[in-house]
Amino acid sequence: MTRVSLEVNGKKTSIDIPDNTLLSTFLREHLNLKGTHIGCDTSQCGACVVIVNGKTVKSCTMLALQAAGSRVETVESLCDDGKLHPMQRAFHEYHALQCGFCTPGMLMTAVALAKKGKEIDELSVRTELEGNLCRCTGYQNIVAAILAGAKKMRTQT
Amino acid sequence: MINFSFQKPTSITDAVTALSKSEDGLFLAGGQTLIPVLKQRLAMPCDIIDLGDINDLKGIVAKKHSVLIGATTTHSEVEASPVVREHIPALAELAGHIGDPHVRNLGTLGGSLANNDPSADYPAAVLGLGATIHTNQRSISSDEFFVGLFQTALDPGEMIVRVEFPIPEKSGYAKFPNPASRYAIVGVFVSSFSGSVRVSVTGAESCVFRQVSFEEALAEHFAIDALTDFAVPSDRFNSDLHASAEYRAQLVRVMACRAIIMIDEEKKQ
Repeated sequence: MTRVSLEVNGKKTSIDIPDNTLLSTFLREHLNLKGTHIGCDTSQCGACVVIVNGKTVKSCTMLALQAAGSRVETVESLCDDGKLHPMQRAFHEYHALQCGFCTPGMLMTAVALAKKGKEIDELSVRTELEGNLCRCTGYQNIVAAILAGAKKMRTQT
Repeated sequence: MINFSFQKPTSITDAVTALSKSEDGLFLAGGQTLIPVLKQRLAMPCDIIDLGDINDLKGIVAKKHSVLIGATTTHSEVEASPVVREHIPALAELAGHIGDPHVRNLGTLGGSLANNDPSADYPAAVLGLGATIHTNQRSISSDEFFVGLFQTALDPGEMIVRVEFPIPEKSGYAKFPNPASRYAIVGVFVSSFSGSVRVSVTGAESCVFRQVSFEEALAEHFAIDALTDFAVPSDRFNSDLHASAEYRAQLVRVMACRAIIMIDEEKKQ
């Protein structure tokens, strides 16, 4: 067991965990943040994507202790007191999910992309989604939602 | 997941000491290969020594004739680096097409080289540019570094500290990616240094190698028509469900041509 101290969704956390704990397990089992999904557990599907120090990572392929001292953001950070984040609203409006399993990773990838502040188009969105698999939608509505959500995020800031 | 104890030293010396004290320890860089390997129990170390907090392994610096990249520099840092983009744009491009964006945010240059996956991209750049691998003990030329399937010239306990890439006159990299993993089914790196040419191939054999026949032909005439008549022998090539050996042999020539076309297009810009 080792004590890990880090910030998750704005809250400082410090708990003892087994050394071999994955970041995904830490978030789900130790902090009870079940929004981060584990799809493949083999670093391919991207359902477990969270943001660590501003960068998207697959939390099933990072040890919690590697993230010690970091600032971690999960999908639970998006909703503000019951009010959907602009990217979540766009996913809703554009019907960008069916079963919803990949959605947490899609949302975190989309938010990180939008926060880069660069102009984005369909190609850059599709390129950025290289590491996120969705087996329901065929991606079309996800891409449309991300373009709309990113635009909304820009106008709101 | 297997059990191990985790350490995060802040200096190269402390990391090397920790490894030497361990019965069966491993260095962890970005973990994008090692963590899946641990999950599959292909390696069962009792100690994991994370190199992520060692500042001496980080950073990108340009010298007069080379670019030095620290071992734990991530693929996305190389991709975005103005220094790399200015001096060796093909290297930035290569780094920007490894895996996917999330993998590139954690995966590192040193980790990729120490692993020496037969389909990895970085070995092609290191061999194709004739880079030098600086470890905590010595400097190893790229021609000696890549020994065989997942094997390198690194001794047990030896750590890659940084890699020195000579700045070429021109260079290009083209790969035919596996559509699922984005590993190279075949990738070819071509570079030119005042008359001498290096051509390296990844994905085709059990280990990255130099295609000497292409190097000689391109040194005489640096254009795709120099490669038109070359049949690449396929007898040592990998054959699997993704591509037969013969198909890979054809891809070696095609990817070399595409790398040269990229160089030509870049010059026009």
